Amino acid sequence: MIISTLLHDIVAAGFLTNPAVRTAIVVGALSATVSSVVGLFTVVRGQSFAGHALSDIGAAGGSGAALANISPLLGFVAMNLIGALTLEAFQPKRVRGRDLVTGVVLGAILGIAALLLYLDTTLTTSTGTTVSVLFGSLFTLPSNSLPLAIGIGSVSIFTIAWIYRPLLLSSVSPELAQVQGVRVRWISLVFLLALAAAVSLSALLTGAILSTALLIGPPTIATRRTHSIRSALVLSIAIGIGVTLAGILLSYDSVAWTSQGVGWPVSFCIVALLTLVFFLVPRRTHTVGEHLTKDEPRSAPTPPSSSALVSK
Amino acid sequence: MFAPYAIATWEAATIIAIISGLVGFFVVLRQSTFVAHALPTGAFAGAGAAALVGVSSLIGLGVFSLLSAFLMTALRRRSTKDTATALAMVFLLGLGALFLSQSGAYASSVYGLLFGQLLGVSRSEIPIIAAVAVIIVVVTLAIYRPLLRSSILPELTGAQAISEPVLETVFLILVAAVTAVALPIVGALLVFSLLTAPPAAARALTSRPHLATVLSSVIALGIVWISIALGFTTNLPVGFFVGSFGALVFVASRFIGPTRLRPARLLARHTRLDRTPT
Repeated sequence: MIISTLLHDIVAAGFLTNPAVRTAIVVGALSATVSSVVGLFTVVRGQSFAGHALSDIGAAGGSGAALANISPLLGFVAMNLIGALTLEAFQPKRVRGRDLVTGVVLGAILGIAALLLYLDTTLTTSTGTTVSVLFGSLFTLPSNSLPLAIGIGSVSIFTIAWIYRPLLLSSVSPELAQVQGVRVRWISLVFLLALAAAVSLSALLTGAILSTALLIGPPTIATRRTHSIRSALVLSIAIGIGVTLAGILLSYDSVAWTSQGVGWPVSFCIVALLTLVFFLVPRRTHTVGEHLTKDEPRSAPTPPSSSALVSK
Repeated sequence: MFAPYAIATWEAATIIAIISGLVGFFVVLRQSTFVAHALPTGAFAGAGAAALVGVSSLIGLGVFSLLSAFLMTALRRRSTKDTATALAMVFLLGLGALFLSQSGAYASSVYGLLFGQLLGVSRSEIPIIAAVAVIIVVVTLAIYRPLLRSSILPELTGAQAISEPVLETVFLILVAAVTAVALPIVGALLVFSLLTAPPAAARALTSRPHLATVLSSVIALGIVWISIALGFTTNLPVGFFVGSFGALVFVASRFIGPTRLRPARLLARHTRLDRTPT
């Protein structure tokens, strides 16, 4: 009895029967899963900036799609794939200067995004494109975007599954991978493409510039708790889905709490919950592949933990 | 273009170019491109907070850029530099999204805040901007040598009077200060372009640090002036021009200057990609 009234208090009326919310939940869970999996490798590879750059680059695609009147998801994916190829093409071989090249590509494409969004607001009557592309519009998602979202999500996940072993090896120790005959450059390109697909999906959920939250948040928390890549994967997905669904619920409920009936945006709810979890969950181990993401030369001796990780 | 109402824009833009060229030199040297992108993006929330509370947006931006810098420092203790930067940024951006949804008046100016606005500053704000700029220049020149040394050879800073964490914090505060001043005109998403492209180009043109610092400010000045002039004549967003010219200058600098790339060598490098170690 108490539990049911409590549930009624937590889950506001119409939450599970509202079709817009249902679409939001499915897309939310899907993109949280994809982001958590791809994000774990992003964190281990120390590519947070590339991950964020790709999601910002997607904003140009989202605004272009609004201009051409096609599905924003298609725009995000197309632009992100172009972005990933551009980033990989200009990437210098040495680690030093990599961020700089990423930054210059990002700057150029953000400039184009500025132009497209400007045209969106001047040529069409829609004024909300800037906000919906950059900060997300989960509850206004048309339900026919679902098959496309599921397709893109599966492609991303299956790509990671396909290159799982060489990807893991080349993420933890590029030199070792090279010696073992892994084509590191090729793996890195395929990974960037999977990353592009993943950030496109979460751009629907939290908007282009906030999709980094789901990409980096859950994996960072997970790698603070566990050493093994498998449990980090499971934990990361669990945190990602949990935070996303709780965020959607919180955003839906908040409409009733605020005075003017404008709820808190989904992106804010998800990010706030992630931050909360980050500070509440204490650190237990060293981060997976920490020696790679710290500012040390790549030739530093590999600690035993990561070689144990690979040989498992 | 040079009407009385536009004078503030030209004055502010000139100041912004000089300080971003100066501080940007260290952004590139310390490989902090992501930080330079994340700080302004996080500071964007400050304008929203200022609108909600009803104070000048310059104050909001200043407070939130500093907040952004301190949050990054705090998070770095709990994770790697890269992820700390990302997390601090998304947290503040999330707040920005909240402020944005709660204050209707703010929504119309979101675009301007993110991508730049020609008339982003008013005449009365110029003295504040100038004062902040003077402080930035004085502080940067005061710690120029130790900062240069720690950026080039971080291992040696143990022997210095100022420790590396202190230097890094001062550096973050400098970037935050440039952010707060530059954001209204250049836009949150493109401040970093001004902080990285001109100094990177300058470094490709000369290996002498002092000359590179000056050159970096000169290039930034060129980019900003041309962008503003084009902004006034075409009515297109300033951020578009700053981003595009930044990339152009960077690419151009790779083909001239002492460390230039030669097309033949470039081609050879790209055809050998799969066989050469990364």
